Amino acid sequence: MNIVVCVKQVPDTATERKLRSDDKTLDRDAADGVVNELDEYAVEEALRLKEAHGGEVTVLTMGPAKATETIRKALAMGADKAVHLSDDALHGSDALSTSYALAETLKKIGFDLVILGSESTDARTGVLAAMLAERLGAPQLTLANKVEVDGSAITIQRVTDYGYDRVEASLPAVVSVVEKINEPRYPSFKGIMAAKKKPVESLAIGDAEISAEQVGLASAWSEVVEFAAAPPRAAGTVVKDEGDGGVKAAEFLASKKFV
Amino acid sequence: MSEILVLVEHADGDVKKVTLELLTLARSLGEPSAVWAGPGYTDAAKARLAEYGAAKIYVASSEEIVDHVVAPKAELLAKLVSDSSPAAVLVAATAEGKEIAGRLAIKTDSGVITDAVGVSEGFVADQSIFGGGVNVRSRVTKGTPIVAVRPNSTAPVAEPGAGAEEKVEIALSDSARAAKVVERVKQERGARPELTEAAIVVSGGRGVGSGENFAIIEKLADSLGAAVGASRAATDAGWYPHQFQVGQTGKTVSPQLYIATGISGAIQHRAGMQTSKTIVVINKDPEAPIFEIADFGVVGDLFQVVPQLTEEIEKRK
Ligand SMILES: Cc1cc2nc3c(=O)[nH]c(=O)nc-3n(C[C@H](O)[C@H](O)[C@H](O)COP(=O)(O)OP(=O)(O)OC[C@H]3O[C@@H](n4cnc5c(N)ncnc54)[C@H](O)[C@@H]3O)c2cc1C
Ligand SMILES: Cc1cc2nc3c(=O)[nH]c(=O)nc-3n(C[C@H](O)[C@H](O)[C@H](O)COP(=O)(O)OP(=O)(O)OC[C@H]3O[C@@H](n4cnc5c(N)ncnc54)[C@H](O)[C@@H]3O)c2cc1C
Repeated sequence: MNIVVCVKQVPDTATERKLRSDDKTLDRDAADGVVNELDEYAVEEALRLKEAHGGEVTVLTMGPAKATETIRKALAMGADKAVHLSDDALHGSDALSTSYALAETLKKIGFDLVILGSESTDARTGVLAAMLAERLGAPQLTLANKVEVDGSAITIQRVTDYGYDRVEASLPAVVSVVEKINEPRYPSFKGIMAAKKKPVESLAIGDAEISAEQVGLASAWSEVVEFAAAPPRAAGTVVKDEGDGGVKAAEFLASKKFV
Repeated sequence: MSEILVLVEHADGDVKKVTLELLTLARSLGEPSAVWAGPGYTDAAKARLAEYGAAKIYVASSEEIVDHVVAPKAELLAKLVSDSSPAAVLVAATAEGKEIAGRLAIKTDSGVITDAVGVSEGFVADQSIFGGGVNVRSRVTKGTPIVAVRPNSTAPVAEPGAGAEEKVEIALSDSARAAKVVERVKQERGARPELTEAAIVVSGGRGVGSGENFAIIEKLADSLGAAVGASRAATDAGWYPHQFQVGQTGKTVSPQLYIATGISGAIQHRAGMQTSKTIVVINKDPEAPIFEIADFGVVGDLFQVVPQLTEEIEKRK
């Protein structure tokens, strides 16, 4: 089985994240880049499926040169090879252009199964997997907390508000995973060393027949009009419990008409 | 006035609160048309949608729409967009709502804004990003604006609309039928409101100490008619199911009142609750960062404070 995992480099949530004042896009230099956390679960799931069914795991990342760190981490976990889509023309792409660029690349490199995280920690749109399914005409098996493959049949458990749905489809398919699906492995020392020798193919947009008219800030379908730091919340009242903390809290709730 | 499509969220035939919010919001932008997708449509649902201002109600009640994941709803909306050229489409920014919006955007070659906490004239959306640290105003520049709006962004206000019903027949494409739902498993969550929709959320973290101890969090929640949430420390430990996790890799909630007990307030937790209107904190460590965003905080042992608070609320009822 040919599995492609989409992995995004995101700014570390533990550092201060910013938008750039010049073109209102994410300031990728202001913070350390890390692997989007849910994508580690996606890589882990791909590795487990490969271990069970054979095949190959390819990491696909769209991002600036710096995103190679993220690719190495996924390779160190055990992925076999990587494709790095990197081009200045991609800067400032919105969800529509990102899904277009990734879909074109996926068509070029081929796949039986594409696995994504269900959401990134920076933009958090949560739309990419659905958009890829739409663009590729492949079944959408998203928000999975369980994935089972049997020949060309694939079944997932899709997390819902009331519990979950069991969903069936045939490969090729697009899957997105939620946090509790597995426990991502830590790269071993051997894995880290091996990752340095694994092939990483760099593609510019022309290499994947991606049209420059459909990507980048100028072609985006949406724009940031303005942005500002959120005003700090007004300082609240903090009391120490002297045996009446619950009563005091109830009084506060009553003053706000919650009780 | 220009038509605004609002995709109805419903469960067991009942219209969810977020839809009433979206209809209220849509009235400030144009004339709302509700779009009902799937079985369960009744006169009561119709009355409810009209009560909150739906001028039209498109009803596509075929069972098939809910038998396949997301794609049929996007196809339905795309058909309505092409037939009636609305000024915008509003959906709830739930996980599924955002997926529908994403597919619709591609079908209609339109931009999409997710997680809006408000929408104003010109369909300029307010987004609260980076865990609430930055406020952004953004808008769609191509096609029909598609905006996924967070629950609890607008207070629902009734104002009757005509509620003219229009049946919609839709022939689904093969690709919309590609992912088939073969079983729906409902997990018990009692009578509590849904986490993302709830007006009040009571959450417990590592300080709660065990799954059994979550009973005191549930009691407090029930005294307020609230939903129960949990930090990742609590869901990781298996004390509470993952679907109740609030935060960056869990649910984003924006209730009127959020009560955090035994939660330290890590940035990843705050990312899921920082836009709550009022925040109350109970934590024994006065240095816990969650106090920085509290409107009211009690420094104390939650095992003392929470039961006392519950008792006091019951007394005042
Ligand atoms: C704060 C902020 C808000 C934004 N809001 C919007 C908006 O409302 N509408 C809009 O159209 N755009 C928006 N964008 C632009 C958006 O960041 C990009 O389109 C982005 O590439 C895709 O969105 P996402 O990361 O939210 O995807 P998600 O759908 O949240 O990501 C899901 C998964 O997709 C995969 N993935 C995502 N990006 C890549 C990549 N570059 N390479 C490989 N795999 C990837 C990963 O597996 C990831 O886990 C926003 C950007 C920022 C910084
Ligand atoms: C990429 C990423 C994503 C993440 N996503 C999420 C997410 O979605 N949601 C989330 O919540 N976290 C998330 N986390 C984890 C987050 O960083 C924190 O580890 C987590 O929120 C801590 O949970 P907690 O506050 O319950 O536990 P702790 O930080 O351990 O805090 C426990 C608190 O309870 C207090 N306490 C203990 N006993 C009592 C008592 N008897 N009475 C009163 N107070 C008491 C303590 O003083 C302490 O402040 C994420 C982390 C990463 C790296």
